[in-house]
Amino acid sequence: MHPAFSVIFFTVASGAGFGLISLLFIADFFKLGGSFSNDQLVAGGLIAMALVVFGLLSSTFHLANPKNAWRAFSRFRTSWLSREGVFAMVFMPLALIYLASIMFDAPQWLRVISGFLTAMMAWITVFSTGMIYACLKTIRQWNTPLVPANYLALGYASGSLLLLVGAVAAGLDTTPYIAMSALIVSIAAVLKAIYYFWIRSPGLTPTINTATGLTRAKVKLLDTGHTHGTFLTQEFGFQIARQKAGLLKLVVFSVGFVLPGLMLVWVFNQHGGQAAAIVAACAGIVGAAVERWLFFAEARHVVNLYHGAQRC
Amino acid sequence: MRLGLVIDLDVCVGCHACAIACKEWNASGTIGPLSDYQPYGAEPSGVWFNRIRHYEMDEYPNNKTVNFPMSCMHCEDADCVTVCPTGASYKRAEDGIVLIDQDKCMGCNYCSWACPYGARELDRSSGTMKKCTLCVDRIYDQELPVEERQPSCVLTCPAHARMFGDFDDPDSAVSRTVRERGGFPLMPELNYNPTNQYLPPRRKPVIPVDTQPKGGLKESIKQFANKLVRR
Repeated sequence: MHPAFSVIFFTVASGAGFGLISLLFIADFFKLGGSFSNDQLVAGGLIAMALVVFGLLSSTFHLANPKNAWRAFSRFRTSWLSREGVFAMVFMPLALIYLASIMFDAPQWLRVISGFLTAMMAWITVFSTGMIYACLKTIRQWNTPLVPANYLALGYASGSLLLLVGAVAAGLDTTPYIAMSALIVSIAAVLKAIYYFWIRSPGLTPTINTATGLTRAKVKLLDTGHTHGTFLTQEFGFQIARQKAGLLKLVVFSVGFVLPGLMLVWVFNQHGGQAAAIVAACAGIVGAAVERWLFFAEARHVVNLYHGAQRC
Repeated sequence: MRLGLVIDLDVCVGCHACAIACKEWNASGTIGPLSDYQPYGAEPSGVWFNRIRHYEMDEYPNNKTVNFPMSCMHCEDADCVTVCPTGASYKRAEDGIVLIDQDKCMGCNYCSWACPYGARELDRSSGTMKKCTLCVDRIYDQELPVEERQPSCVLTCPAHARMFGDFDDPDSAVSRTVRERGGFPLMPELNYNPTNQYLPPRRKPVIPVDTQPKGGLKESIKQFANKLVRR
């Protein structure tokens, strides 16, 4: 599958934004590490919302006909893409109410309820993003419950690392934030490892035989019937060398999970290692971006069976 | 009604006439134009609703070339329709034809991801997704003589490898043929329930191909001399 950079930026940025704001609510509710001040919470919330908004805007860049993008909210009942858009739109006012209730010292119940609903809606939206890919029966690398799980885990991992930067900058007790990041980053790493293990074996998937219905003998493609590439080969023909994919997986784990983990130790040992926290957050996000690129690059659509692949 | 095509893989000669007729009709049809990019350039490409691939099944000397036309299967359980966020893709209740409303499509490509058959192609000049309409602007046209109210590809096929009809009617020509010839859908394991059916190549006696016996010394010298002579 051709990796579109607008979609990679969108899923990574909005995932981090949704993760950040839901963890911000947890930090606010439990007053982790001595609690952020109200201004700091609002600033963090606005950064999270900016990530979400820029992500959503960038997702419209991969549309060939963006003037009809507003119609994407209309098929809420069947389409995960539509659901994601609707949930993101429900999220926005909830998050604004939450941030406003912090800023204007609203009664505690309003702050808690709006914050909880914001966190829930963030969770549901990231889940929908994952389901956009996981519901496709045509791509076996995507058609697994591990995909929404990975989207959630990576979004929350990036969000928790960003929150740690905030906690260090605000001079809070960083221990609870380090513990939270360590837990979420390691869950994300384990889930990603399971995913990479899972997609290694093809399992029961369509082959060139079932694709052509000629199941009693070997079948091979002689000619695709077109002189140059088509939309199908441009969109689905992208293939990554196994060696390169392996190397990138190493990058995902070392930059995305191990390096932030080491930096967490750094922050824990040296009191207030702001640079280390920033490196951890940047590395986590870069790792998530590489992971997302690989997620697209490794996906093999069954239409490739009509362009010469023996199995997908 | 459940309208669709039957394609006879035994008869198809792979001439691409159906694809050309399809392009000719639909370029000026309801969903047209079907843009071409660099049609006379170095990298010719463009939008087609119907593509013909060529396969070889089995191995020498039992091998056989199978020409394989593919267009939209007008699936019963069409995921391309359910995943569409804008409602541009729809399946008609009255005849099962899957269509795209060009005024609603936002060109997100999601439906093409959901289609296992590669039936949907993005027109990069209009920015919308396009696909086989089963010549919906032709099969109901009261101005045409009854026998011409069929998809262009079916009408044009010189080998009569394509049939059009109603699969809901058990006595229609398409239903009967599929029953008698053991027609099959493509990739049934994905459960899209495609309407279009394919008829398998018939079994044919294997033509014996004996290798030529060696010609002896005289023949070898002749062949050697032939190799030396520059024509």
